Amino acid sequence: MQAVAESRAGRTRRLALIGTLAGLFSGLFGVGGGSVIVPLLILWLGYEERTATATSLAAIIFVAAFAAATQGLYGNVDVRDAAAVGVPAVAGVLGGAWLAQRLPRRAIALLFAVVLLASAVELVLR
Amino acid sequence: MTGAILIGLAGGVIAGLLGVGGGVLFVPGLVFFLGLDQHHAEATSLLAIVPVAIAGTLRHDSYGNVRRDDALLLGLLSLAGAASGVALANVLSGQILRDGFAALMVLVAFQLVRRSLAVDEHGGAAGREPAPAPAAAGGDTANASPSPRE
Repeated sequence: MQAVAESRAGRTRRLALIGTLAGLFSGLFGVGGGSVIVPLLILWLGYEERTATATSLAAIIFVAAFAAATQGLYGNVDVRDAAAVGVPAVAGVLGGAWLAQRLPRRAIALLFAVVLLASAVELVLR
Repeated sequence: MTGAILIGLAGGVIAGLLGVGGGVLFVPGLVFFLGLDQHHAEATSLLAIVPVAIAGTLRHDSYGNVRRDDALLLGLLSLAGAASGVALANVLSGQILRDGFAALMVLVAFQLVRRSLAVDEHGGAAGREPAPAPAAAGGDTANASPSPRE
């Protein structure tokens, strides 16, 4: 009994730590925080990758909405741009998931990693 | 406007294809193509992520992949961190934020490479469907028992 209660408390502590780190990351960089949440759920809570991704997405709804609202208080959010990006992105995600079944995903992942690295360099030199 | 739509579409396709979040694409997209400064790009990206996360959650939830209790707890326990992160972003200069963001992109690129190589190791499971079947991703057996180091 005590061990169960203890492990539940430990679980909650880990979730709290992951949530806090993800929130900090999200608020600081304007991302969802999935690149923090997914690996930590796998590493600390024994999640399988797919469940980690799905649970992370659900948590990100809260994280991103709250961080966006806070940024709104600073006057930094452009709602029109956000809608213009976010709404087509939903269609894009559905299309991307469909394409994932039909394209060599590994090659695309590696190609995209190169694009990310190039963009990082461009961002720093800007 | 057209630029924003293209950023959303392209970012969404990559996100759906690779499971990489939208923000890591939206922020540089908004900076490069719409000329937003780093602070506005990050803030706007946060709001744009919300519909993407909702759609992704609904899709995954229909496959039973979302652990709702943990997700709710994670979400609620992240709020203090999120508020702190935003406050921190707003006292830092755009230059520092941009360099930090570039480091984040390198991290995500590294994760992508490592993950795609791991998938290949386990028998080329590229293009896995988000179905409830057990995934072929690495580390499943090692992680079968929860919290071994309690």
